[in-house]
Parts: sequence; structure tokens; C-alpha cells
Amino acid sequence: MDSSTLLGITTFTYLFSTILYAVFFLFKLNQLGKIATWFTLIALIIQTVGIGLRWYESYQLGIGRAPLTNMYESVVFFAWTIVALYLVLEWKYRIKVIGAFTLPLAFLAMAYASLSPEINRSITPLVPALQSNWLIVHVVTCFIGYAAFTVAAALGVMYLLKKRKIAKELDSTRGFLNSLPSLQILDSITHKMMIFGFIWLTAGIVTGAVWANSAWGTYWSWDPKETWSLITWFVYAITLHARFTRGWGGTRIAWLAIVGFAAVLFTYYGVNFLLSGLHSYGSS
Amino acid sequence: MKNTSSLWKFFSSVKLALFTLAFLAITSILGTVIPQKEPIEFYVNTYGPQTAAFFQVLDIPDMYSSWWFLGFLGILTANLVICSIDRFPSVWRQMTADYLDLPIERIYKNQLSATIESKKTLPETIQNLQQMLKDRGWKTVSRPRNDKMLLFSQKMPWSRSGVYLVHLSILVIFAGAGYGQLTGFKGSIMLPELQSSTVVYPFRGGQPIDLGFEIRCERFDIEFYPNTMPKEYRSKLTILENDTVVLQKDIVVNDPLKYRGITFYQSSYQGFRDFIFTIADQTGESTLFTGDFQKELTWAEKNIQFGIINLETVRDRVDRIKIWFNDGKGPPAEFWMDAAEEVQIHRPNMTYLFSAKQRYATGLQVAKDPGVWIVYLGCSLMLAGLYIAFFLSHRRIWVIVYHEDTTTIIDMKGTANKNKTAFAAQFEKLSGTLAKHM
Repeated sequence: MDSSTLLGITTFTYLFSTILYAVFFLFKLNQLGKIATWFTLIALIIQTVGIGLRWYESYQLGIGRAPLTNMYESVVFFAWTIVALYLVLEWKYRIKVIGAFTLPLAFLAMAYASLSPEINRSITPLVPALQSNWLIVHVVTCFIGYAAFTVAAALGVMYLLKKRKIAKELDSTRGFLNSLPSLQILDSITHKMMIFGFIWLTAGIVTGAVWANSAWGTYWSWDPKETWSLITWFVYAITLHARFTRGWGGTRIAWLAIVGFAAVLFTYYGVNFLLSGLHSYGSS
Repeated sequence: MKNTSSLWKFFSSVKLALFTLAFLAITSILGTVIPQKEPIEFYVNTYGPQTAAFFQVLDIPDMYSSWWFLGFLGILTANLVICSIDRFPSVWRQMTADYLDLPIERIYKNQLSATIESKKTLPETIQNLQQMLKDRGWKTVSRPRNDKMLLFSQKMPWSRSGVYLVHLSILVIFAGAGYGQLTGFKGSIMLPELQSSTVVYPFRGGQPIDLGFEIRCERFDIEFYPNTMPKEYRSKLTILENDTVVLQKDIVVNDPLKYRGITFYQSSYQGFRDFIFTIADQTGESTLFTGDFQKELTWAEKNIQFGIINLETVRDRVDRIKIWFNDGKGPPAEFWMDAAEEVQIHRPNMTYLFSAKQRYATGLQVAKDPGVWIVYLGCSLMLAGLYIAFFLSHRRIWVIVYHEDTTTIIDMKGTANKNKTAFAAQFEKLSGTLAKHM
């Protein structure tokens, strides 16, 4: 059993988790909820072992480095943080419906990582610029932030769906969207996820700056990745200020969660493929 | 300090902050799409002369230090400062207020509420309450109010300042960046092996910068992985003051050399077509030569001629070389060897140890930035401030104790300025415990 087999299995288990949560949500099969949670937890454990094994395999190849250094590994880790964060959220708030909106994203990430022809899945050694202890700290802080923003966007979508349903029909006890949590709860968790993501994104930018300074002597050089991370930071700073001081909430915040997520995706993915810069090694 | 002039109002408004942040976010995209700091011809060729001229007017080719971008950063700074000055005094009052002095009706309006009855006497109940609250981390102060006794306890009133700490941290980061700009420099130098320099060349152009000491590159090495990816760039550097060696260090990417506030980073290299030769004979005598490809060199004392007559390269890195070697005893030797490897040359009378290493220049980035620690301090303040602002809350509990007929009534009131749900649970638990023990 090697890491690619385990990570391949993870792709399918996340697909199955998605189906379980979707069926639970659409048909209100409450018994299924528990199964979905346990199944997802097992899938996460399989993925954790897969990532750990890939780390171990890199040592066997004489390369010896954390599995966080190219597009394949970062997408895999992205999926991992989304699922881990979601499970913590489910455990804390006891709302399983959110799984139907977050697990598909983890599945899509894994499917892209495993199947896309433009992604190199081999374990390659580290170029000199990446040989630093800051690598793990920087990548982990950034991805916790990204995962929180992903979940926030999923919650934003749920909010907008619920809102539309309420606006369209007076009898809100019918239809599958009815099992979505109340607008107030969705709004509150979206906000919490954005706060959580904002702190981790800030930490990610700071660790990146410290690392850049120790490698190149400049903590900020306006390279496209840095600039886009700052743009993303601005989007969430605006959102938090609008909420705290101008009382924004509901639909506007839900949309901002989605806009913020678009900025996250561009920072993470778009920059590597569409723009050139210091982070270009992340693109292969 | 409440100034209500319209300018003050403008600069203290959150609307301005939202607008400025949005403006900076949107315009920042430009510099990630349009390549920065290219020569003018690049913009003319890529976008046409008219667009290029327009770019010049707006400093688009170096937009992040353009007048308008820095101007908006300045507006953001003014906004931060004035907004904080405007709001902080009322927050300070909330942090330092005497909460025992509030009107009783206002205390009763707090959302969290519990009532406990006790059979004990008033003084005994008060003493019990104070002790039990203290044991649970709520140290109380008290004051009699008419025929009632008012107890008060609070946690983390200072957490209200978290937001202002974040605002301050941004100013600290800007101050550190500005201080570094004014007192430091960023430059580079291409330093060939065995050569030294006392100056470096600033990125922004202009006169070379005097280091105040001498830096020499003793050796540069590249290591490759079996799949030909670069594994390591390593420069052996020496610092000299008045021709005396004061420091020696091997630097690699991510591990620079620092001396007198100036840091040297491994950043690039260049391969030359000349070589550093070392020859030693069995008597232990050895010597060092530098010489070009296809040029005959002579070790005069030993009457030896040698040179490189052919070579194989990977890009500008010399992989293998063909050596011609003659010590006058027998026919000259000709052989292939790996560059940078040491070989033995067996001659009729003598065996020589021989190596020929391609000469490189190491590309160093050189930076002096005394402001960087201020920037890091700002970053730490920001993370601490965000944590305080989002996760810590000012929690307050009032306990009003009084007699009604034969029983002692304990009214508990509580509030938190953030994370209210979590505090509600905490409050409920606390009042439950108190009720059990009364």
C-alpha cells in the first residue's frame, strides 16, 4: 500500500461522503447523518495516513521533505483542511447539513489533484529556495485560512438558498431547503468562519514575509502572489469592518463570503497558472 | 477630544476606511497583471505607444510606489489614526469605568439574569458569595447601595482595546517599512570566485554603495539531484577588514551571512569559461592557477605545461573536461575527467594530484534593513491584537444581595461584549453552582 493508492481511495471516499450528506439533506434521512459523519471521519483518517506515508516515502527516496511543496500536494492538503475543519464545526454546532455543501468541495479538490493531466504527482526534491523550516509553518497557516474561507463561502451559498426559499414561498415547512439551519445561525457561523480564516490568513502572510526576508532579504516585494494575498486580506478586512461598525449582515455578508472565496481561489490557484512570479515553483 | 469639524468627521469615518481598502484592493490587481519595473520599451512594444505614455503618467510600471498608491496608503494611515483617536476615549471609559456606580435599573437591564434565594443572613451570604466567586476566578468589589449590597466582578476589560492594537500594529509596520527605506538599502553584486569587493550596486540605480569592509568569494558550488534539478547553491564567503579576515561562512539559499547589519543572500550564479587548477606533486609541493579554456599554462619551477583542450557543458555549467598535461617525461597525457573532481596523473617519474574547477561568480543580494525588527514587532502586535479583538471579551457580573421578608435574595446580572453565547453558558453554569451552595 503506497501513498498514491491511499490518496486515490480518499478521492472516492469523499465522493461517497458527499453522496451520503446529499441524500441525508435532500431526503431528510436522519439515520444517515451519523453514518455520513463516521464515514467522513474514516475518510479523513485514510487521507491523513496517505499524507503521512507520502512524507515517509520521500525519506525512502532520499529526498526527505514535508508533503506540502507542489500543486498536487497542496491541493491534497487543502482538501484535508476543509474536511478536518468541517468535522470540527459539525462537532461543535451539531449541524450536519453543512456537510452537503463542504464535502463536494473537498471531493472536487481531490478529484482535480488525482485526475488532472496538468498536475505532476511524483515526489520531487526541493529546489534550494524551498529548503527552509518556514515551509511547513507558512503552508499550514495559509491553508487553515483558505479552508475556513471555503467553509464560509459554502455557508454563504446556504444562506442565499435559504433566503430565496423564504422569499418565494410563504409555507416554509415544505421542500428540502427547509432543513437548512435558520438564517440567523447561518449568518453567525459564516461570520465566525471569516474571523477564524482572517487570523490564519494574517499569520500566513506574516510567516511568508518572514520567510521571504530570510531567503531574499525583502519581506515584501509586491510579487503577484503576495499582492493577491493582500487583496484577499483587504476583502475580508472590509467585510469585518462593514459588519462590526455598519451592522452589515445576512445577504451582503453571504455575498462577500463568496467574493472573498473567489479572491482566495485566485490567490491560491489563479496566480500560479495565470501570472508569473516568485511562487512559480508551486505550479507544477 | 471631540472635534466635530467636517474634515475630522471625514477622516474618522469607517466609510472612508471601507472605500480606501476597496480602492487599494481593486487597483492592486493592475500591478499583478501588468508586469512591473520593466524598461519603457517593453510597455511600448506590448501595449502600444499611447497606452505606454498613459502608463507613464500614472506610474503604472512601478505602481506600488507611485504617488497615487502611496497617497491612498497615506489616507488609510490618516484614517486609522484619526478614527482611533476619535473612538478610543469612549472605549477607555468602558475599560476603566466604576461599574459599582451604575444606576441599579441599568444593571437590571442586562441580558443574562438569575435569581437565587438563601436562608442565610445577609452578611453571611455576601461573604459566601465573595469567596465562591473568587474561587471561580471572579474577584469581586462591593459597595452598599441603600439597603442592598452590590457586588461586581469583571474579566479582561482591556480586551476592548484589541481593535486599536491592530490599528496601531499597521502604523508600526508602516513606520518600520519607512525607517528601513530611509536608513537601509537593497542591492546586489556578482562576485567571481577568488575576487573581492568593497561595494555593492543598488537596485534603484545610482552610485555603488560602500560596504565599509571587504567581501570575498572563496568558492562557489552547485549540487544537483540525480534528476538534474538544482539541490544547493553554496558560496564560501570571507569578510575582511583592513586585509584581515574577520568572518568566514558558507551561505546557501535560506541561510545568509550577516555582518555589521548588512546581510548577503545567495541569489544567483554565473559560470565562466575559465578554471581554477590545483596541482600537487609527491614532494607535497602544490600550486594554484587560474586560466582560460584552450590556453596553455605553465608551472615554471617544475617545467610542467597543461591546459583544457575540450569540454562538455550543461547550460553554462561545465560537466566534463579534456586535459592535456606534459611534464617533459614521455609523451604528453590526454584524458577526460569530471570537472571539480581530483584525479591522479601517473607519469613515468612522478604521480600528480590534479583538479580543474570551473570558475563561477556568485550572485549575492545584499540588504541592509534596520527597520525589519520594527516590522516584525508590528506583525506580532497585529496577530496578538486580532486574537484579543476576536476571541477575548470583556465579561461583567453584578450581584445584588438584599433582604425580603425572611429570605435573602441574590440577583445575578451579567453581560459580555463579544461571544455572548459562550458567556451565556458560562453564566448559567456559574449561577447554577452558586444556587446549589446557597
